[in-house]
Amino acid sequence: MAPKMEKEMLSAEITSKYELVVGLEVHAQLLTKSKIFATDTTEFGKMPNTQISVITLGHPGTLPKVNSRVVEYAMKMGLACGCEITRHNVFARKNYFYPDLPKGFQTTQDKNPICVGGFVPITLPDGTEKSIALTRIHMEEDAGKSIHLAEEPDTLVDFNRAGVPLIEIVSEPDIRSSEEAYAYLVEIKKLVRYLEICDGNMEEGSMRCDANVSVRLRGAKEYGKKVEVKNMNSFRNVARAIEHEFERQVELVEVGKEIVSETRTFDANTGTTASMRTKEDLNDYRYFPEPDLSPVVISEEWLESVKASMPPLPRELYHKFVDKYGLPGYDAGVLTDSKEIAMYFEELCHHTSSFKAASNWVMGPVKSYLNEHNEHISDFPIPAKSLAELIDMIDAGKVSFSAASQKIYPEMLQDTTHSPLQIAQAQNLIQESDEGSLLPIVESVLAENAAKVAEYRSGKKGLIGMFMGQVMKKSEGKADPKVATKLLTELLEN
Amino acid sequence: MKIDLDTIKKISHLARLEFDAESADKMKKDMTQILDWVEQLNEVDTTGVEPLTTMSSEVNVMREDVTGEHLSHEAGLKNAPQRDADYFRVPKVLE
Repeated sequence: MAPKMEKEMLSAEITSKYELVVGLEVHAQLLTKSKIFATDTTEFGKMPNTQISVITLGHPGTLPKVNSRVVEYAMKMGLACGCEITRHNVFARKNYFYPDLPKGFQTTQDKNPICVGGFVPITLPDGTEKSIALTRIHMEEDAGKSIHLAEEPDTLVDFNRAGVPLIEIVSEPDIRSSEEAYAYLVEIKKLVRYLEICDGNMEEGSMRCDANVSVRLRGAKEYGKKVEVKNMNSFRNVARAIEHEFERQVELVEVGKEIVSETRTFDANTGTTASMRTKEDLNDYRYFPEPDLSPVVISEEWLESVKASMPPLPRELYHKFVDKYGLPGYDAGVLTDSKEIAMYFEELCHHTSSFKAASNWVMGPVKSYLNEHNEHISDFPIPAKSLAELIDMIDAGKVSFSAASQKIYPEMLQDTTHSPLQIAQAQNLIQESDEGSLLPIVESVLAENAAKVAEYRSGKKGLIGMFMGQVMKKSEGKADPKVATKLLTELLEN
Repeated sequence: MKIDLDTIKKISHLARLEFDAESADKMKKDMTQILDWVEQLNEVDTTGVEPLTTMSSEVNVMREDVTGEHLSHEAGLKNAPQRDADYFRVPKVLE
């Protein structure tokens, strides 16, 4: 825990007068094999300056060439968010000097981003749904990596990351709380992972987020002056930075001080932001069209083929699971958290109609197996069809739930050659649900406990549990409890 | 179009160039001349003409997402003004 701050916290009475306004800019590194304008590999974690080419290093006389997969991935994200896809795309140069930018400009899109408009639906912890509008999504290249070490007199630069493709997803200032910002990031991550265009890992930097934060009095029409906050490397830290900025800005406004439009950096240790002083009074990027790249024109045919290749999206599956399978929202949320789990559950539901039971199995035993073994669902040993068979066996009363979960399921994880029915038979776990074969057992239990039968008949109904236990014992645990209870009650009541 | 000294200062800062008073004054004159010359283009009526972004009429000059030739680590670092075994070295940048 951080030491208690001396500073007085703002009272809820004061903060409730103000409204928080946030827009997020998310950079997502695309999962292509090669860079956006050159054929260098994009793998993470290689030796420094080994994934470089003359194009990446910006040597004179070299010509970049667009990686068509980057355009395709950007289109996918746009289609998933309901954006309008720009048909005539021109790249632009954003000019500034920084040592990790080898060319002295970043190749990006300016006036005509590939995706315009659109929205991201989010669900808050209390179940409220809200739509966050998008301004744009555009394609651009990543910069290299500068390493500033305290003991080094110089800054070290690694250009492996320079030219790795990015999409930048810019939201409208529609976000009104840190919870909404968090939910928005969760949704973006889910989308890029479903689309398989980015692995969405903020801790490793494959997804990065800057926040534009301002405050205004509730009911005000005009936005306050915005502050850009950078350097947050987790969803949690984005939420913390926004909370801190809100407090800081409200405090300034309360004492009549002006908010400076500036860039601030978040410090995860203190949970506060600090000004990043830049010498340049204002950013002047002098954008102009990139003359070295020909325009990218998206034909109807190309757009249609990308549309046809779209996977099911988390929202669609969520609603399908709730509406068609009648699952609680909680279940649908957990199951659609990753596409692979959702698809496994989908397959399960093609083979069984016990949807809720199927959901319980996936959320419970299946997920805990994967967590325990740190495995991906694609490595899960039990095919959906076999698990569905087991679920149906429980449903039909052929095996008890406890036999299924404690004996058959663990065996199925080890033995993929036998069906659950074969395993149940081999382990002698098939329940007696046939009244004809259970009746003699029930009758003998009652005959052996004549005194207890009399007690039961004189009102001690609780004894039914004792009779049940006896039936189970005699049947070696194989009696179907439902059928046994029915028979016992019938005989005792007569 | 008249270029003033403040504009020269701003542009030279953005371009990371330095001028003494005399050169700045010469640059001011040169840039004014260059802009005046280019300004002649304003005489042409360009209503309804899309901005020209490339000299070629080619579109969709793209490549497949395949990896190819790289510079070797050594060759890549060869032109670095300063380097070590792994990295390009530049004057310390503090944020």
